[in-house]
Amino acid sequence: MSVLRIGDIGVLLAGSSLVAGLTMWAWGGDRGDAAIIRAAGQVVETASLTHAQTFTVNGPLGITRVEIQPGRARIARDPSPRQLCVKQGWLTQSGQAALCLPNQVSLEIRGRDRAYDTLGY
Amino acid sequence: MTRSAIELPVNADDRRIARLAAWAIGLTLAEAAIPSPLPGVKPGLANIVILLVLLQHGWRAAAWVSALRVLAGGLLFGSLFAPGFWLSAAGACSSLLVLALVRYLPRSHFGPVSLSVLAAFGHIGGQLALAGWWLLPGVALIKLLPVFAAAALVFGAVNGIIVARVLAAPASDRRQSGPCLLP
Repeated sequence: MSVLRIGDIGVLLAGSSLVAGLTMWAWGGDRGDAAIIRAAGQVVETASLTHAQTFTVNGPLGITRVEIQPGRARIARDPSPRQLCVKQGWLTQSGQAALCLPNQVSLEIRGRDRAYDTLGY
Repeated sequence: MTRSAIELPVNADDRRIARLAAWAIGLTLAEAAIPSPLPGVKPGLANIVILLVLLQHGWRAAAWVSALRVLAGGLLFGSLFAPGFWLSAAGACSSLLVLALVRYLPRSHFGPVSLSVLAAFGHIGGQLALAGWWLLPGVALIKLLPVFAAAALVFGAVNGIIVARVLAAPASDRRQSGPCLLP
């Protein structure tokens, strides 16, 4: 019997498409890989999204806590009255940003290529 | 002199499994000498033996050979019950589970290459699952997934082709010095 049978070719093609899909999913430019934290317009921290960490930033109203997990980041706590930036939840895509205007803190996600200048909701 | 009270009867099956496991262990040791850009990206030459055992002697024998290989490999590398050992064991277990399922695929359409590629994906899947859950929780292993998957595809296919060629070779070619047959 031949070395490669029809099913083998199917398995190889399926495997190749799995590898291609994983590559696009994991290395796609859209997923951000760094978080930029600003206070009063100045960059105070640039953190990579590879491992979990938290930062605290001081603003006029108090302390803003930024939480970073692999592949995503969010404002975990903020003293602003309407909590808009906290309610935005996790940011994953390059260009997404959460602005805590009352406390003058912002969190922005950066990827390798910037498809958008900013993404707001 | 007192005679030992314990007697372990050894039959032909045990000898065969021991001989095949020795092949697998030898290949494991040999490939440890091959430099790898990333821990975990290895040709998995021992899987050639596991696959040949599966196709010639059934899944039970393959599981025995695989378990002996992981255990003896751990002893020889001095990593018994260390993280690397558990990663190896997780990979061996998940690839055996995959093989337990895919061996029922029709042989007329799915040859050793299919089994090898699917087992290789199972192997790296089990290892990454354990690594992500236990050893490196919270680290973005996602970024490395494509590298591991591509290695599994390439090495799985190459190993499968080797298995297919060994199986297709006439029996006289497989004879070693003495009556010991290659697995």
